[in-house]
Amino acid sequence: MIRDTKSFNNILASLLFIALFSFTNTVFAADGEALFKANCSNCHKPLEDYTGPKLQGARKRAPNPDWSVKWVNNVNSMLETDAYAKSLLAKYGSRMTQFNLKEDEIVAILDYADAYKAPAAPVTAPGETQSKDDNSLLFGILTLILAIIALILLQVNSSLRKLSDEKEGIRRGEPVPFYRNKTYLMIGILVLFTLGGYMTINAAMGLGRMNGYQPEQPIYYSHKVHAGTNQISCLYCHGGAQDSKHANVPSVNVCMNCHMAIKEYKGDPIIKENGMQVNGTAEIQKLYNYAGWNPDTKKYDRPGKPIEWVKIHSLPDHVYFNHSQHVKVGKQNCQTCHGNIQEMPEVYQFSDLSMGWCVNCHRETKVDFYNKGTGEGNKFYSIYEKFHNDIQSGKLDSVTVEKIGGTECQKCHY
Amino acid sequence: MEKKYWQSFGELNKSEAFQESAENEFQEDLLPLEDLDGKGLLDAKSPRRDFLKYLGFSTAAATLAASCEMPVRHVVPYLQRPDDVVPGVSNFYASTYVNEGEAVPVLVKQRDGRPIKLEGNESSTLTYGGTSAQLQASILGLYDTTRLRYPMQKVGNDFKEVTTFAAFDKLVGDALNGLGGKPIVLLTSTINSPSTLQVIAEFLAKYPGSRHVQYDAVSYSGLILANEASYGKRAIPSYHFEKAKVIVSLGADFLGTWLNPVVFSAQYATNRRIVENKPTMSQHIQFESSLSLTGSNADDRFMHKPSEKAAVALALMAKLGGAVTAPAITDAALNKGIEKAAAALSANKGAALVVCGSNDVNLQVIVSAINEAIGANGTTVDLASTCNTKAGVDADMVRLVEEMNAGAIGGLFIHAANPVYTYHNAKRFVDGLSKVPLSVSFNATLDETAELCKYNIPTHHWLESWGDAEPVTGFISFQQPTINPLFKTRPFQTTLLKLAGNPSDYDTYFKAYWVAKAGSEDAYNTALQNGIIEPAAFATGGAGFNGAGVAASAGKLAGAKGGTYELVIYQKVSIGNGNYANNPWLQELPDPVTKVTWDNYAMMSPALAKTILDIDVQGNQRQGDSYEVHPEKPTITITANGKTIELPVLIIPGLHPSTVAVAVGYGRQSADKTKTAEHIGRSANGAGQNVYPLVGFDGTSFRYSAVAEIKKTGNTYALAQTQVHGSSESRPVIYEGSLAKFVSDPEHVLEEATHERNLLTAAAGGKDYVKDATLYPDYIKPGIKWGMSIDLNTCTGCSACVVACTAENNVAVVGKIQVAKYHEMHWLRIDRYFTGDHDNPDVVFQPMLCQHCDNAPCENVCPVAATNHNSEGINQMIYNRCIGTRYCGNNCPFKVRRFNWLDYTGADSFGDNQQPMIDGGYMNESVLQMNDELTRMVLNPDVTVRSRGVIEKCSFCVQRLQEAKLVAKKANDAAVVRNVKTACMQACPTHAISFGNVNDHESEVYKIRNVEQKHRNFYVLEQLHVLPNVSYLAKLKNTDRDVTNMKEEHHSEEAPKTAEKTHA
Repeated sequence: MIRDTKSFNNILASLLFIALFSFTNTVFAADGEALFKANCSNCHKPLEDYTGPKLQGARKRAPNPDWSVKWVNNVNSMLETDAYAKSLLAKYGSRMTQFNLKEDEIVAILDYADAYKAPAAPVTAPGETQSKDDNSLLFGILTLILAIIALILLQVNSSLRKLSDEKEGIRRGEPVPFYRNKTYLMIGILVLFTLGGYMTINAAMGLGRMNGYQPEQPIYYSHKVHAGTNQISCLYCHGGAQDSKHANVPSVNVCMNCHMAIKEYKGDPIIKENGMQVNGTAEIQKLYNYAGWNPDTKKYDRPGKPIEWVKIHSLPDHVYFNHSQHVKVGKQNCQTCHGNIQEMPEVYQFSDLSMGWCVNCHRETKVDFYNKGTGEGNKFYSIYEKFHNDIQSGKLDSVTVEKIGGTECQKCHY
Repeated sequence: MEKKYWQSFGELNKSEAFQESAENEFQEDLLPLEDLDGKGLLDAKSPRRDFLKYLGFSTAAATLAASCEMPVRHVVPYLQRPDDVVPGVSNFYASTYVNEGEAVPVLVKQRDGRPIKLEGNESSTLTYGGTSAQLQASILGLYDTTRLRYPMQKVGNDFKEVTTFAAFDKLVGDALNGLGGKPIVLLTSTINSPSTLQVIAEFLAKYPGSRHVQYDAVSYSGLILANEASYGKRAIPSYHFEKAKVIVSLGADFLGTWLNPVVFSAQYATNRRIVENKPTMSQHIQFESSLSLTGSNADDRFMHKPSEKAAVALALMAKLGGAVTAPAITDAALNKGIEKAAAALSANKGAALVVCGSNDVNLQVIVSAINEAIGANGTTVDLASTCNTKAGVDADMVRLVEEMNAGAIGGLFIHAANPVYTYHNAKRFVDGLSKVPLSVSFNATLDETAELCKYNIPTHHWLESWGDAEPVTGFISFQQPTINPLFKTRPFQTTLLKLAGNPSDYDTYFKAYWVAKAGSEDAYNTALQNGIIEPAAFATGGAGFNGAGVAASAGKLAGAKGGTYELVIYQKVSIGNGNYANNPWLQELPDPVTKVTWDNYAMMSPALAKTILDIDVQGNQRQGDSYEVHPEKPTITITANGKTIELPVLIIPGLHPSTVAVAVGYGRQSADKTKTAEHIGRSANGAGQNVYPLVGFDGTSFRYSAVAEIKKTGNTYALAQTQVHGSSESRPVIYEGSLAKFVSDPEHVLEEATHERNLLTAAAGGKDYVKDATLYPDYIKPGIKWGMSIDLNTCTGCSACVVACTAENNVAVVGKIQVAKYHEMHWLRIDRYFTGDHDNPDVVFQPMLCQHCDNAPCENVCPVAATNHNSEGINQMIYNRCIGTRYCGNNCPFKVRRFNWLDYTGADSFGDNQQPMIDGGYMNESVLQMNDELTRMVLNPDVTVRSRGVIEKCSFCVQRLQEAKLVAKKANDAAVVRNVKTACMQACPTHAISFGNVNDHESEVYKIRNVEQKHRNFYVLEQLHVLPNVSYLAKLKNTDRDVTNMKEEHHSEEAPKTAEKTHA
């Protein structure tokens, strides 16, 4: 289990990271980054050779600066005719997929690669996080101190009253110790009842919620290595996220697309939480066993069997959730719900996936509302005549998911 | 005087028992804890202590069930994901539904590798995407637990698995070679698959002397032979109902069960749909003895004795100038009907059609002559493209049975036929079969015939097979597998090929056959993708008519003798000839006319019931109630053709008083009665009686009517009938008018509704009924507002929508016992109303589903807001919020909400709570059939399976609406949500249902309501101001009778009073 503080650290660190990043890049380069990740990052890296050559300085290395732009959309024909293309094929051994990108898009990708700098090691800011944590502790201690002072003062008060009573000669019964004082007991019971009730209800609501769930998987698969270090686009493996209700765990043949070539793990050592080091190469070997692949002969020589991954994110049966609605239409990042997955050595459930959590997001998130004036936005929303009028008359500045029915029961329950 | 619509005699008579039963929608007194009800708690048999015990136990159990341990779930991706499969996304494949001879082009919805729903193929110009109830339900057959799982050989009295197909081929091959020259007979139901016929030809060529006999359980032999006599073609012509302005049917149920009902319904509807600026429609006159689905839709309907059918035909022919003498008919109404029909036919020569449901060759010859006289030959009767759905000739079958008994047959191969059950003289067939040295069954289950055969080699289900069909000459439709075979089964064609010495299997053979025909592999692939190959147009044409036999036939017919009581044997829309008897969806589908589920019965008119049973349902209220309110019905014995069966009586108007009508398809039974549930199925087990033994044989063809003897027995038998559940308590829910009146005054048909609406609006001091006549605010629907329109004029009541809804929405099967307790779960029902003449009433069908009222009465009364309204006008039902108070159901004026009384689906948190219910007699074993792991594969993964204790109802197929919106958003196009198809709409063979976004003025449903059909558009119970989102189009009849709702004098003085009453 990962503690809350740790995940908090992670968020903070990634926020800082993202903030740093966004300041150092120009607007069009950010566009290039998205294009790079969507199209190129499975085979290319900006700074080092991978399945294909590094992209930084690609234009300088090519025979002429326009060569690279022409290449991307004409791979097949240029491999027949162009000498430099043939030399690249000889050097890297695999043909590049032919794309159909616009020229400015290719330029944006190359600009992004050229401007790319190796990310600094994630900045941890222990001081800051500590102080945040301290606050609640501080409040707790303060409350406790105040409570003790109040108790002492009450005791002092009662002792003083006793003294003054004695002085004035008023006889009172033997004083009751505070732990048998009915008022105190009553207050104590009330406090306990309230606290207990609050905790019980919270715990009851939490039944079946599994945030932090991090089961052991049949293969130690690190998203940090794949999505983080190697920058593989999430959709490369989880393509269902944009087409289907399920994001879909990739089939073994998808793993083998890369792992036919990548036989050994050569990255930074992976240390499990219990301090054990993970042998990456052995884990890849496990994949070969499932796939029935013989890395030496480069052939599938055994029958394969599917991998039985342990499911982490489970919604109850009465909830309908569609990934493509959120990823393709809502253009949400995977991280919004799954946390900083590219930082996770092994995946755990980041969000509690509770209804309140869903609904809150639906209340705050704005839809890509169609603007009749500019023609921007999703044309589907053109049917919401009233909201258009309200926006035009200034009654409304944006349309949230809730406005178009995103918190109604039968959006998810049917 | 208001015209009355009634569903039952109790409603007609306004009896007390009916009132009481109507008020008690949820029949609680029949529950397990019945002794708690009514009396004080302390007097009850379960007093306080028991109550505390239950309370303690349930608390403890709930704690246990909600234990903190979460199960570990696995997710197992493919090893190699097929390119075209994205888990969670449905694929659609074109295929063909084949049931014996019937073939309908379909699209199969396949999700994650499993077929889960069937839709019609809209590119077919035969069906235009129409389906039938049986077609919709046939997907369940794929996951039937009784399917045979491997080839078998009989050893002693048991079957032993034959482990490989090769071993099987060797066994049967050796046996074939040892027959010593005795012929082999291939006995099948009608086959119209071109490639299969070629395979059969190859097989027969290999074994000289062998032959192919086609045998239809319910025969059309008379029609086929009559056409041979009249036109020289041993075939059935295609009928063109779409070209007929006048249709006269002599007992042919062409919208329900006769020949090709899906095609005929589509054709029929083209002339029944009203175009408001130019209203025309066909005229449909039905002559029949029983009350059929088709008869219920007729404009005018006349009853006759079954034995009088020939007389009616001859009289019609004589009136049309035919040189025949008709026997005298004494019934004045019938004579008038014949005159009317003759007049209409002769006025529309060349655009008229007469069809006849009889299997009597002579009668069909006369009908051919009539069609010739009215110019139908070559126009509405098409002999150039024949209808190939039935081809069996009865005499062939009878000859085969005799030869079997004589020991002259060496081998009998039986495919898709079950003569031990369906043959009229089953004993003779069984005796014959025992004398056949080699008998092989290809049937999918161990049915009555298969269990007597020596070898069983089950063929694939049609969803697992390659195949083709040619239901109408030139119109080819293809089958392609949509799932890997679930069991060790093999296409029967492959077996024939192997035995014929052809090494290829049918899959390869089929491909080679069609690649050659289509010209190229690309063309073949295109054809598979489209599912059909069709000619550009029907090659309509006539054939030379040979009238030589007419006089002889007329002579034979004139001598027909009747009896006091006569029997009519018919097929039900749901069960058909009985091969679907183990389909729980079809068993639970209420018959459109009688609304009875799970059984067959003897239908008779109130007049006959008075004579036979001494029960006067119309005149004696007490007798009527005691008959009608209790499920237990008195039984009678029917004796015909020397056989006797006992059946419960169902009293229903619209039958000729001499007639008793019974349906085939029930009473399936294994030789060892106790094995029926295991071999034939739990749903078929115990459902009804087998009526096939009462079928007669006249030397040429099987006869489905006979003189009968009827006796009261004194026994009773329970029938589960849904007709009186969910009554609208005689409030006006239907509007009707005649075509002529509509042409002259289109406002008239809805005059009453309009008048009342205006009064209510005026009383509220407003102008707009929707906004002003209520205290509630008018909530706007900012984007989409879903709406449905149902055309009562084209709805035939065929019930395809009901089964489609069941399949789409995982609606539970509750079983006969629960249906009898009013606990059926259908989200969509078809209400059947009688009106007019009490003995020969008009019938109106009205599909009734959740009306998604904008001012929904159910929403206001839910204490936990489990049902509420959304911004698209949908009345939402949230199962996991529902606590089961059923206030909503009580407050629903349409009675469309359904409560899960018991754990019908096995979805309860506590497992195994169904068996005690079954043992206790509260539930049928058939419920378990739907809960099997295998059967559950049919469930729609997008729809929650409801558990015990919650209310459910029509959701407007919200999963489809959500999907459509998602597609629209992805496509960046709002037009996608303009017209969305719900399951009921998509299934409808007559396109009576439209659905879409009412806010979009381009949508079909908006146009129907506001432009195209505004004079017929009404809302049921509009005066309650519940503002339904489902609208109906008033029914028109093309008749000169007065069928309007209100008599003329009514609304001058009386209307304000009615309005006041409603208002108060």
